[in-house]
Amino acid sequence: MAGPVQSIERAAAILRLLAQGSGRLGLGEVSAALGLAKGTAHGILRTLQSVDFVEQDKETGKYQLGAALLHLGTSYLDINELRSRSINWADALAARSGEAVRLGVPLEGKVLIVHHVFRPDDTFQTLDVGSLLPLHASALGKVLLAFGATPLEPVMEAEPEGYTRHTLTSHQQLGRALGEIREAGWAAAVQEMIMGEADIAAPIRGQGGLVVGAIGVSGSVERLCDSRGRPDPPLVGLVRDAARAVSRDLGAARW
Amino acid sequence: MVERYVLSIDQGTTSTRCILFDHQGRLVSVAQREHQQYFTQPGWVEHDATEIWANLGRIVPRALENAGVGPGQVAAIGIANQRETTVLWDRRTGVPIGNAITWQDTRTDALVDELRRTTGDDFFLDRCGLSPTTYFSAPRIRWLFDHVDGLRERAERGEVLFGTVESWLIWNLTGGPDGGLHITDATNASRTMLMNIRTLSWDEELLGYFGVPRAMLPEIRPSAERYGVARALLPDVRIGAALGDQQAALFGQTCFAMGEAKCTYGTGSFLLMNTGTDPVRSRHGLLTTVGYKIGDEPTVYALEGPIAVTGSLVQWFRDRLGLIHSAPEIETLARTVEDNGGCYIVPAFSGLFAPHWRSDARGVVVGLTSYITKGHLARAVLEATGWQTREVIDAMNADSPEPLKALKVDGGMTANNLLMQFVADVLDVPVVRPMVSETVSLGAAYAAGLAVGYWPDLEGLRRNWHRAGQWMPTMDPARREAEYENWRRAVERSLGWMRS
Ligand SMILES: Nc1ncnc2c1ncn2[C@@H]1O[C@H](COP(=O)(O)OP(=O)(O)OP(=O)(O)O)[C@@H](O)[C@H]1O
Repeated sequence: MAGPVQSIERAAAILRLLAQGSGRLGLGEVSAALGLAKGTAHGILRTLQSVDFVEQDKETGKYQLGAALLHLGTSYLDINELRSRSINWADALAARSGEAVRLGVPLEGKVLIVHHVFRPDDTFQTLDVGSLLPLHASALGKVLLAFGATPLEPVMEAEPEGYTRHTLTSHQQLGRALGEIREAGWAAAVQEMIMGEADIAAPIRGQGGLVVGAIGVSGSVERLCDSRGRPDPPLVGLVRDAARAVSRDLGAARW
Repeated sequence: MVERYVLSIDQGTTSTRCILFDHQGRLVSVAQREHQQYFTQPGWVEHDATEIWANLGRIVPRALENAGVGPGQVAAIGIANQRETTVLWDRRTGVPIGNAITWQDTRTDALVDELRRTTGDDFFLDRCGLSPTTYFSAPRIRWLFDHVDGLRERAERGEVLFGTVESWLIWNLTGGPDGGLHITDATNASRTMLMNIRTLSWDEELLGYFGVPRAMLPEIRPSAERYGVARALLPDVRIGAALGDQQAALFGQTCFAMGEAKCTYGTGSFLLMNTGTDPVRSRHGLLTTVGYKIGDEPTVYALEGPIAVTGSLVQWFRDRLGLIHSAPEIETLARTVEDNGGCYIVPAFSGLFAPHWRSDARGVVVGLTSYITKGHLARAVLEATGWQTREVIDAMNADSPEPLKALKVDGGMTANNLLMQFVADVLDVPVVRPMVSETVSLGAAYAAGLAVGYWPDLEGLRRNWHRAGQWMPTMDPARREAEYENWRRAVERSLGWMRS
């Protein structure tokens, strides 16, 4: 195994330093206190600032701990912001795929639908925003579970409900499925919640690659899958492209 | 068969965008570039027309590249543009006379006040359908004549040309000093205060009144027609359409029938309703404007209600009060409470626009009690956009033969579900969001595609329009009435705050 990463150790030291005393230090003070070259300290401070762990006072130029550190445990991306940032990509996905598009985030052991674009066929549809889906029986939910956006244990403790004969209810089934999803980078749920219905989803990543939500298409099995019930590859490609586009907009560099 | 596309240019206030659309009206590629804003004096806002033309030279090739498309695959070019912004340039050299004066520029306010005082609104309303405001181009030309030595004489000799931005771009695209087409379309011309709203030709009396020589004016053409082919940037590609941006959005939203309306919710908001082939003279504070004119077909008119402050109130809440970090967070904050707690905000930052037109109004926050939290304020901010929309719709319903049945919406604020539901609630009609949010660009593309036969007819375009989301009214009528009454009382309190 590789040894500790030096810049992370130094970043941790800077955060500890800022957490002490008055908590406001200039660049010179930080570099002197830790015995770092000014350039090095500055680079680390700038990076910490870009992830909101550190803030710089506009007038004095001094650094202090950032607000994001206080909310580390809670979701850092506002759901309404997520909708605003993804709305154009979600529209494009619906237009290209011809299917309804939904965005989900984890909320108290469920998937909360935060955005919904109608299937572009002008039939009567109603907005699903605000409704909840089970994590284990939807592609959106399985993506959130697979990429660590929400923990699996509570789902297993609550004994996952079997909606259809295709629903994954055992720890073993679900564990294997999540492994495959991590491997493939996308998920499908075919008739796992409602017979005749399917959805396909991929992860939306924020800064640093953290998965903050999932985007996907949903509709009837005949349209989303081939005759053997396997998700249509071009459709999967469109979903993954949209997820990557939103992720890039949110600042996930590599995806 | 090689796929063909329509290329749309949206020359906006802050940036210029070039978008390619395919036959289903789907967006294929986008390239965009911002241009500099010049705030040379308080109230002045200028653009450099040369920079805007140069930006076009960069984004057009990029949009083609992004899609892997050659100029030969472009069926037509359509242009939508910021309206009323005034460009003057030298016919021989193609060099602009100073910066373009934008629609936001208020340097003509004293002149406009004088026009209204000495001549009265009716003279203008009868001829161009507008009452004087600092938006429109004619007072700006007059201002330039009064402030630039020898300019009027040069214009009379035909050495200096006037145009709004689409004229400037088309002239440059078609050869510039070397035989460039000097034309405008009826929607843009309808914002100059110089065009007769019924005949769609330059009005002798208005020209005389403002002292604008005919020699400097572009020829007024339909919004969709084969104007000619480009020689620069996209050699031999046909230019098929030009429309003012809000009219382009009306067209992109396929509001082709009388009574259909759209509202674009951005920094400010613009509500336009198709009123059919007769111009409706507003008695309730709306502007009469050309909606679009397709080739030889009858002119379609629109009523317009501009609202000055909608998204910018959210920006104010974010940047000046610092209560949120991003505009969308206002919805999160507003949802921390059930209702407005009795609080109303009238954002008359620089007076009220349609339908009040009161420059003496200033913003008010009313109904404050110790109970009010920032959540209530966030609600009041969003509700202000809803009620301002309602006031414009009431004016439209009073003026127009056809009442509103549904409102089509676009713009950045339509990502806000709470707001869209509120708009549906206070209007008591469904609010519908289309799948292509770039309605301005799409409208220009549609008109151009129609002109060259890329799309057959309006019905074909309608089939491309798809609903992406819809909000149905659910508010209890008694509650709606009571809240509207409160809003009206709040508006009353904003009036007359500025003493002249
Ligand atoms: N989710 C939201 N809720 C409320 N207001 C929003 C939201 N998202 C954006 N806004 C507001 O909408 C405005 C931006 O919308 P939009 O991008 O359509 O503006 P615009 O006027 O068209 O600008 P431009 O001409 O540069 O495109 C801003 O004023 C912003 O405050």
